[in-house]
Formats: sequence, structure tokens, C-alpha cells
Amino acid sequence: MDLILVNLIDGLVTGLLLFMLSAGLTLIFSMMGVLNFAHASFYMLGAYFAYQISMFLGFWMGLLIAPIVVGVLGALVERYGLRRVHQYGHVPELIFTFGLALLIEEIVQFIWGKDQMPYSIPEVLNFTALSIAGNAIPAYKVFMIFTSVAIFIALLYVLTRTRVGMIIQAALSYPRTVEALGHNVPLVFMGVFGVGTALAGVAGVIAGPVLSTFPGMALVLGSIVFVTIVIGGLGSLWGALVASLLIGWITTFAKAYNIRMEDILTGIGFEKPVDLSEHMLRDLWTITSPQIADILPYLLMVLILVFRPYGLFGKRDA
Amino acid sequence: MTSQTQNLSRSRGRAPLVTLSGALPWLICTLFLLLMPLIFTSNSALTIMNQMAITIVFALAYNMLLGQGGMLSFGHAVYMGMGGFMCVHLMNYVEDMSLPIPLPVLPIFGGLFGMGVALIVGSFSTRKAGTVFAMISLGVGELIAACSVIVVAFFGGEEGVSGDRTYGLPVFGIEFLHQIEVYYLTAFWLVLSALLMFLFSRTPIGRMANAVRDNPERAEFLGYSARWVRFYSFVASGFFAGIAGGLFAVNYEILTEENLNLATSGSILLVTFLGGVGFFFGPIIGAILFTLLQTVLSLQTEIWQLYLGVLFVATVMFFPGGLAGVIMMHALPMRLGKAGLLIKPYFKTLVPAVISMAGVAAVLEILYHIRHAALGENEMTLFWVSFDSHSPLPLILAVVAMVAGFWLARRGAPEMAEAWHKANTPDGGAV
Repeated sequence: MDLILVNLIDGLVTGLLLFMLSAGLTLIFSMMGVLNFAHASFYMLGAYFAYQISMFLGFWMGLLIAPIVVGVLGALVERYGLRRVHQYGHVPELIFTFGLALLIEEIVQFIWGKDQMPYSIPEVLNFTALSIAGNAIPAYKVFMIFTSVAIFIALLYVLTRTRVGMIIQAALSYPRTVEALGHNVPLVFMGVFGVGTALAGVAGVIAGPVLSTFPGMALVLGSIVFVTIVIGGLGSLWGALVASLLIGWITTFAKAYNIRMEDILTGIGFEKPVDLSEHMLRDLWTITSPQIADILPYLLMVLILVFRPYGLFGKRDA
Repeated sequence: MTSQTQNLSRSRGRAPLVTLSGALPWLICTLFLLLMPLIFTSNSALTIMNQMAITIVFALAYNMLLGQGGMLSFGHAVYMGMGGFMCVHLMNYVEDMSLPIPLPVLPIFGGLFGMGVALIVGSFSTRKAGTVFAMISLGVGELIAACSVIVVAFFGGEEGVSGDRTYGLPVFGIEFLHQIEVYYLTAFWLVLSALLMFLFSRTPIGRMANAVRDNPERAEFLGYSARWVRFYSFVASGFFAGIAGGLFAVNYEILTEENLNLATSGSILLVTFLGGVGFFFGPIIGAILFTLLQTVLSLQTEIWQLYLGVLFVATVMFFPGGLAGVIMMHALPMRLGKAGLLIKPYFKTLVPAVISMAGVAAVLEILYHIRHAALGENEMTLFWVSFDSHSPLPLILAVVAMVAGFWLARRGAPEMAEAWHKANTPDGGAV
């Protein structure tokens, strides 16, 4: 029971981290109809910038400044890159963001090299917050949870309760009408793109110390983020939240409990072959759940796409 | 119409199927492929040419989706990889159980296997084009790449599966021990599959793929199911990607997880797009150029992938037609006989632009050396000159070249634009 609680918290941390990325991505998608392939690269930039700033000004200034820098970079990319490519159609836009992801990875390697950065948890948060049946929960995890929840609530408040949020929501559904009412819709788009990438930057800043800051970190998380928003339904914020948490918990529990395929198969009534070494299905017999934890999200995505192509919360036409 | 073309064609009142002007590029290319090993005889050149040929087949297969069908795939390496893995296994079966399969027909099995995988995946992924298709291809690609480490029986785990091509039946006394024999085998399959892919793009289904790419709704109104048209293209593309995989297996005799992952899928997108998706020969140029860049540049500099990334992003932003698009832009001035007008402005703008780019590259190289070279190692060689990377003079020179070149190119640009406009306008004013 205690172990379940610990895993629930671990999964929640992973899920909320995923959500910070997928929230920005799904917002940008519902606005421009393009998936930002470089989204995880902005997450990586957030971590690297924060590391660089923390060397001089400490962790907290990094948390404050790095996302702003990333957001400004994102807005510039939208203004001078994406808007230009937009005229060619959606597929070139996607290719552009893909190229951007490659380029950012190369630039990061150019500046910081291929090695992992010694970006670490600040001293203030380096203690055990609480322990559940002998399992320590570090304070940093609690901090991660609270930061992401705070950001989510702030985002929700801005989107649903403020004038700016109303204009954004209106611009998502009826850009032309909103433009006719005198609002600068391209500016709104640029702003949302900037905020989306800044969110990814925040995720990078707080995930960098625990998931390690290295040039491959964008690739590791990047495809999972896409999977998340496809499962949740492209363009749906609630879908992104549910899918993020779902993926966070599924992978955590699959890693924590060693469920063996052998037990399942014998449980159903199959007989284990005596000599496995040359058996055709030997890999099926030896699979364990920690082994396949990382591919479960992809499996889930394929299943969702086959049985519910528009995702959990997506609109039928999306 | 000349008598030759009439002899060649079996036309029954329609346009001739095979014309001399249509067949000529193919004949020249085939001849070229046959003669290449006589010009470049070294083993390393053969290796590069084999690699080129495999990349060309793969890029052409990829362009069946991207260029002709408008489907952007981020997981196309899977079909090539699966075909390749199947071929290595077949090679091993031939060795262990002496199956009577000669090596030259092996790629067709790779193709069939790739097609089989494409049949399964395509059945649900081709429902939508655009972003949804791209995401599904990415997810399936990652899924299979991740599975390759788990399913050891088929994929061989981390170290992959390896075989030996020389154990098969000798074909006319050839045992494929030498690189040159493999080259001719690869060249044969290259010409055959390129021709088949070209012919596919001329069939009604290939034409419908274009229509569905441009306007799926209209195609549906004409009575075609956009989904099935996409599905057929997808399956055909999977087949040819599998052939490329089979050739890879014959050439390298080993396949690993690397043949399936996102990096390989991404690089084929790069190759195809750099070459140009709008024309059939675009991916061919892209594959040749990319392989050359990869082998030549990677020997010269450590940051060649950075240059490649810049080149790719610049291509997407400014030349969405790729290299083939740029070449074909000059078809109209050529036809008007006004291409000569462009030479001087091109020279005046592009030479400074090249100098500027060399300056940028020099700045990057020097900065990279300062930051990442081992401590105390200040000596570096750039453009055949050795100097101390920490002294300011080379950096200043590079910056000057960069700025001056940019300024000159900028100054020549209006003239070039005007010449371009002139060269594209037929005599007598209005177009």
C-alpha cells in the first residue's frame, strides 16, 4: 500500500512534467494547426540556459530568467521562421520544426559540448521532505509538483478568466472574426507560441537537475510528448492533462512492479516450453514489465489510434 | 516524330509509351553507372558509391510518400530496416539450411517483407494525411525501434544480426567476395527499382496520388477514395524501401537497431528534401550530394552536422523546392535563350556570398576549437592554413571576410533580382 503511494507520487511528477510540455504543444497545435517538433528542444534549451545562469546567479534566478529567454527565442522563431514557412502549407511547417530540432541540438553541442552538464538541485531543496514506510520523497519532487500545479492553475486562470485569455480562445476558433474586431491576431499567435515554448523552458529548468542535462534530452522526451498529445486528442488541453498523468503512472508502475510475461502466460494456461534457447517465441516468454515500460506509451498510442483515432478528448474532425 | 521513336513505341493512336527523349536519361544514367567503377577504381570509392545507390533507392521510395503523395513520414526507416533484417536472416538460412536462393534475388524478399509491414501499418495510418499521419509514423517508428532491443530472436538485441553473403549459390561463378561484384548487383537493383518507381508515378494510381496530395476532397468527389490511394502509395513505398534494406543487408552484412531509429528516418527526410521533393530526380541528387557531404565533410570538420542543420533549415525556409527546384527554375530562362543574362549577376553576388559563408564557417571552427580542443592545444588547421586558434588575427580575418562578403552580396542582390526578372520575361513584354 505504501509502495503504491510512493509510485503514485513518482508517476505524478513524471506526468506533470510531461503535461508542462504537452500543454504548450497542444495550445500551439490548436492555434496554428502545426505540431512544433522542436518543442522538446526548447525544453532542452531551458535546462541549458538555467544551468548557465545558475553558475553565476544561482538556481532561482535561473528559474526566473531562463524561461523568459526561451519564450523570447520561441516568439522570434514564430515571427521570422514559422510565419515565413506557413505560406507553403502544413507539411513544410512540420519539416521546418523538425529541422529546427536538429539545428538546436547541434547548436547546443557546439556551445556546451556532448557531455552531461553538472546542473544540480539547489542546496535549499536538497533534503528529504517526508518518508513513507522507509521510502524517502525528496523535497525537490514536492517542489516540482507544486510548481507544475501552480503553473497549470495560472494558465487556466489566464485562459478562462482574463480578457487576454478570451481573445486567445476566440482567436483559436474564429481568427478572422477576431481580426475584424480590431485585434492583432498574428501578435496573439506569436505570444501564444512564446508562452508555449516558455512553458517548455520551465519544464526544462526544473527537470534538468533530476533527468540530467545533456544534448540527447530533447530526443528522450520529445517523442513521448507527441505521443501524449496524440493520445489525449490533438488540441485538447484536458486531454493532454489526462494523457500525461496516464503515461506518467503507467510507466512508473510498470517499472516498479516486476510483472513477468511468464507468469501471465502460465496463469492463462499455456505451458512453458522446456528449452527456450531456440524457441521462436522465447522473447515473449522472457518479457518483464520494467523492460517494456518505455514502449508502453507508444503501444497505447497505436491502440488509441486504431480504436479511437481522434484521441481520448479530441474532436472527431481534428 | 522521328522514325526511331515510332519504332520504339507501340502506340495505338495514343501518345507513344516509350520515346527516345524519355528513355535517353535512363540510358545515360545506366551507362554512367556501368562506367563509374572504371573511373573510380579504389575500394573506398566503391564503398561510397554503394552507399549512394542504397540511399538513392531509399530516398526515391521516401519521395513516393512525401513528394508524390504528400505524406510526411517520420518513421520510414522501419520499412527499410525490416526488409534488411529479413534479408540477413535469409542469408543465414541459406548458409545453415542451404536454401536455393541466389544472392541477387535477395532484395526482392526484403521488398516483400517491407511491403508486408507497410500493409499492416498502412491499414490504420493512411486514414489521414498531414499531421496525423506524421505523428502515427513517428509513434510506430519509435515503437518498432524500441522493440528491436527487446525482441532478440528477430532483431538480435543490441549487437544486431549479421550474416555472410558469400555462402549462397554462386551466380554464373560470381560469389560476391569483391566489392565490385556487389556494386554491379546494387547498380542493377538501383536502375530496376528507380525505373519501376518512375513508371509507378505514371500509372493512374500514381497520378491519383498527386491529386489526393493536392486536393483530397476533390479527388473524393471524382469517386476515388483518398484513403485507398494513400494506402497504395504507402504500400508501394514500403516495398521499395524494403528493397533498399535488402541492398543494405547485402552490402554491409549487418543490421542493428540504428537502421530502424528516428535518426535514420530523419536523415532520409533531410536527403529527400535537400534534393527536392517536387521532381522525380530530386531525391537522386539529394542522395548523391548528401553521401558526398557526409563522407567528405565529416573528415574535415567535427561540426559538419551543424552545417547540415543550417543548410536544411535554410532550404526549408527559402528554397522549398530543394536543389531540383532551383535547377528547374532555370528551365524557363534556358528555353527563352536568356540564361546568359544571369551569368554576370550570379558571379557578382554568389562569389561574395560564398566568401561570406567561408568566413562564417571559419569563425565557427575557431570558436569551436577554442572551446572544445584539449588544453594547451592551440594549433589548428583551416582551409589548408595552420595557425594558433587563440590569437586574435585569424578570428578578425574571418569576421572581416564574413562581413565584407555579406555586404558585397547584399549590394549585388538587386541587380541579380532584376536580371532574373528580365531573363524570365519573353521578348515583347507581357508574359
